[in-house]
Amino acid sequence: MRRSLLFIPANSPAMLQNADVFAADAVIFDLEDAVALSEKDAALDLLDQFLNKFKLNSIEKIVRINQLDSPFSLLDLKLIADERIDTIMLPKATSGNTLSLAKKLDRIEKQKHMTKTIKILPIIESAKSVIEVSMIASSQRVNGLLLGGEDLATDLEVERTEAGHEIFLSRAMLILASKANKIDAIDTPYTDIKNEDGLKKDTKFSKGLGMNARVCIHPNQIDAINEIFSPNKNEIEHAKKIINAYQDSLKTGKGAFSVDGKMIDKPIIERAQKVIEKAEQWNLL
Amino acid sequence: MKIGSAGTFESNDCLITVKKHKKIKIDIKSIVIEQFGEQIEQVIRATLKELKIENIYVACNDKGALDYTIKARLLTAIKRMGE
Repeated sequence: MRRSLLFIPANSPAMLQNADVFAADAVIFDLEDAVALSEKDAALDLLDQFLNKFKLNSIEKIVRINQLDSPFSLLDLKLIADERIDTIMLPKATSGNTLSLAKKLDRIEKQKHMTKTIKILPIIESAKSVIEVSMIASSQRVNGLLLGGEDLATDLEVERTEAGHEIFLSRAMLILASKANKIDAIDTPYTDIKNEDGLKKDTKFSKGLGMNARVCIHPNQIDAINEIFSPNKNEIEHAKKIINAYQDSLKTGKGAFSVDGKMIDKPIIERAQKVIEKAEQWNLL
Repeated sequence: MKIGSAGTFESNDCLITVKKHKKIKIDIKSIVIEQFGEQIEQVIRATLKELKIENIYVACNDKGALDYTIKARLLTAIKRMGE
């Protein structure tokens, strides 16, 4: 489970060294868009040496590799795909290249005698990948889906707007595919890094649709995103009441029970369990 | 003569330039030369030893880079030189 994932350009020593200073649930070391073509080799060497030096045990380590059909992606995978990282972020994902990456990781893990399985986090950022999102989500290694709103808007030949109507259907399809496969639905970054009110408003809307997390393109965005995607005190207290009442009902053999005057049934119990699970993971209890 | 270069003048980084030479020669400029000059040289020498390179000139213009950054920039510069 994630709430916030922070992008870090892989060719910036100053930013790499601060990777675990902020409270993001995951860091994404970016070898793709954040690195100029002429610096791809330097970024890869720097990230390789950084990962040798810093273990960052308490945080998920994700690497956004270059597009799978580029000459750089094979070098990225050869050097970086190993026990040091948790997840590969796949740009311009389709069902075909997600499967292809999974097969490459099968081979790499075997060659390197790895004990862990590297997960895949595909970026849904084209009309084709939105159409194929259900197939992409069902791949075994995939443990989340990220919406790439900017590239998607380009592919759709529309302007990105504050209201976000142009990506509404894509957000909804990504959420449905994620929930159907019990993986994280991760929203597109909010690109206006100075507009905190806008970030909060859009992230609350995103959570209301069913998103679980959001990527951050600036450390300033982490706190707001964490707060919005965490259960609040009232939600946690209410969930505790439901779980306690449920446990009492099991002891007394009562099938149906109520909390605060409202009948409680299975989906409500499951939601309460999820709230408690999240609160435990993020030390909110 | 082939020259390889990697890195930047930004804080926490270093710019490393390499070229062929009759033996190992290292020039270091650093904002922390007093405190870390020797350590920077050790990182460079250790990396060259790892690569079994004995005929190279290395210029390191350091802006407070940690060891891993110095090693990474040196590796990239050497690859760019075509070694």
